[in-house]
Amino acid sequence: MKILVTIRGNFVSPRFDLTGEVMVVSCYNRKLLEEPRSIILSEFSAEQLCDLALKENVGIVVCGGIEEQHYRFLTWKKIKVIDSVIGPYPTVIQLVAEGALQAGTILPGTTSCGITE
Amino acid sequence: MKSEQPLPQSLPDVVDLLNAIPHGIALLDNQLCIVAMNRILEAMTGFTAAEAVGIYADYILRTSLSSNDLICRQVLAEGGSNSREGNIINRARLRIPVHCTITRIEKDEQPTGVMVVLEDMSVLQAAKQEGLSSEGRAEIIGHSRQMEAIFEMMAVLARTDASVLITGETGTGKDKIAEQLHHSSQRVRRPFIKVNCGALPEALLESELFGHVKGAFTGALRDSAGKFRLADKGTLFLTEIGDLSLPLQVKLLSVLDDREFFPIGSSQKVKVDVRVIAATHRSLRQEVQRGRFREDLYYRLNVLHLHIPPLREREGDVRLLLEHFIRQFSRALGRNIKEISPEALRVLLDYPYPGNVRELRNIVEYGVNLCHGEQIQLDDLPRYMFKPVEPLRQEPGAEGFAQPGSSLRESAPMPPLSAWEEMERSEILNALRRSGGSKKEAARLLGWGRTTLWRKIKKYGLNKT
Repeated sequence: MKILVTIRGNFVSPRFDLTGEVMVVSCYNRKLLEEPRSIILSEFSAEQLCDLALKENVGIVVCGGIEEQHYRFLTWKKIKVIDSVIGPYPTVIQLVAEGALQAGTILPGTTSCGITE
Repeated sequence: MKSEQPLPQSLPDVVDLLNAIPHGIALLDNQLCIVAMNRILEAMTGFTAAEAVGIYADYILRTSLSSNDLICRQVLAEGGSNSREGNIINRARLRIPVHCTITRIEKDEQPTGVMVVLEDMSVLQAAKQEGLSSEGRAEIIGHSRQMEAIFEMMAVLARTDASVLITGETGTGKDKIAEQLHHSSQRVRRPFIKVNCGALPEALLESELFGHVKGAFTGALRDSAGKFRLADKGTLFLTEIGDLSLPLQVKLLSVLDDREFFPIGSSQKVKVDVRVIAATHRSLRQEVQRGRFREDLYYRLNVLHLHIPPLREREGDVRLLLEHFIRQFSRALGRNIKEISPEALRVLLDYPYPGNVRELRNIVEYGVNLCHGEQIQLDDLPRYMFKPVEPLRQEPGAEGFAQPGSSLRESAPMPPLSAWEEMERSEILNALRRSGGSKKEAARLLGWGRTTLWRKIKKYGLNKT
């Protein structure tokens, strides 16, 4: 199963449509099969991100705020969307792999912008 | 993790106060983490205050304003406040258009955090889409003599292709008039591009107006057309032209004269056919005298001049606007408000509206939101309306049109003002004193018509003294 997490710095990005970077990782039997791979997007676009999810053949998308139309599009394409997630992305990836992450989860430690200057 | 410096001493009291305000409000500490938020914001975002406290605000508010909260950081560092239009995406996956105002909170002159106010604009935007705000001239409401003169003038200006300078206090509707001029002109099928000259730093504004080529400066990753080229064959509306820097004024003047310019970094001239409409709340003549605005550009822009009178001078328009906005907001908010109580109406008619039509609209929106019955009562009006209006603090030299004849004040210090009428009375006396009793000259100094001055003299009983 492939997982795509929209990120900003160390955290899950606040908005799906304003995401500039994603992490893609494969997992099997509750374990990560590889190091997460980062993809930098050329522009902020929810549509481009949806296309990327389809091209990468991901099974789960984890993001912050997402509009209903994009949520519906992804679920229509049989992609599970876990939205409104707040927290550091490494922990989030681990929780998704373990099947323990739910929409709306707020993890501790989100006290900065996420980008280290 | 919460801030080391708690914002207010009695946070529960502050939250109670915030809950009484009909906009979403969040208090952030100086790390931009949420300290408190009111119920309206809880409803808007879908996050409860208990969940949100201690979390970096951008992850809860999810605004489109700017990534990394650049605006919040800027306000925190530099003070003042900043307002922007944008949107949020809430937990229910809804995109809500908002008007966002960010203000620095200080204690003992030290910044302790920022306050973010999110005004839900979805009702207003929906109203616009449904055509509740009617098109054209009807959108500019006014039956006063002053406004009738403006409408007549607009009909003339729309037929010409010359530059127009629109002046008037903040909230008088300069933008709407510019838009209407474009819609009534022959350029109506071409673009109407608006640029706020005060909103961007000089270097960015130059690139925004004239465009640039790829590689012209660090970060210029691709060619940019610039607003002048985008507005080709159409109208370019330069609002807050008084804030334009002197070097850019030179470039603008050259474009207005030659109708061609070089984009930044380009060696190829670009020809454009653009009608320029400029607006400002400042007195450009005074800015010219102070050396902050080029005289030649002033005369170039001031081919045709339209001065929008402040609301307090538009007789009868307050009532008309009140009725219009009550109807509009009642329909948009699904209320059945039919009228205003006589006591509330008296207060509304006597209020001087320093923020003009914009302020009146906000007052009505507040009243319609708070009103429980069919009649807006005194209690449904904002509290600040019952306090004496203090003159707005103006930056040195940024004297606008807010107090006509305010240059008189420099030579004749005013006593402490307790009410608008008292101030107006003193202004009239000052003007009369300076003009040696000539009403014609006093009216000119005050920027009023002679009949207005005569009526006010009668109102304050100055003809008997």
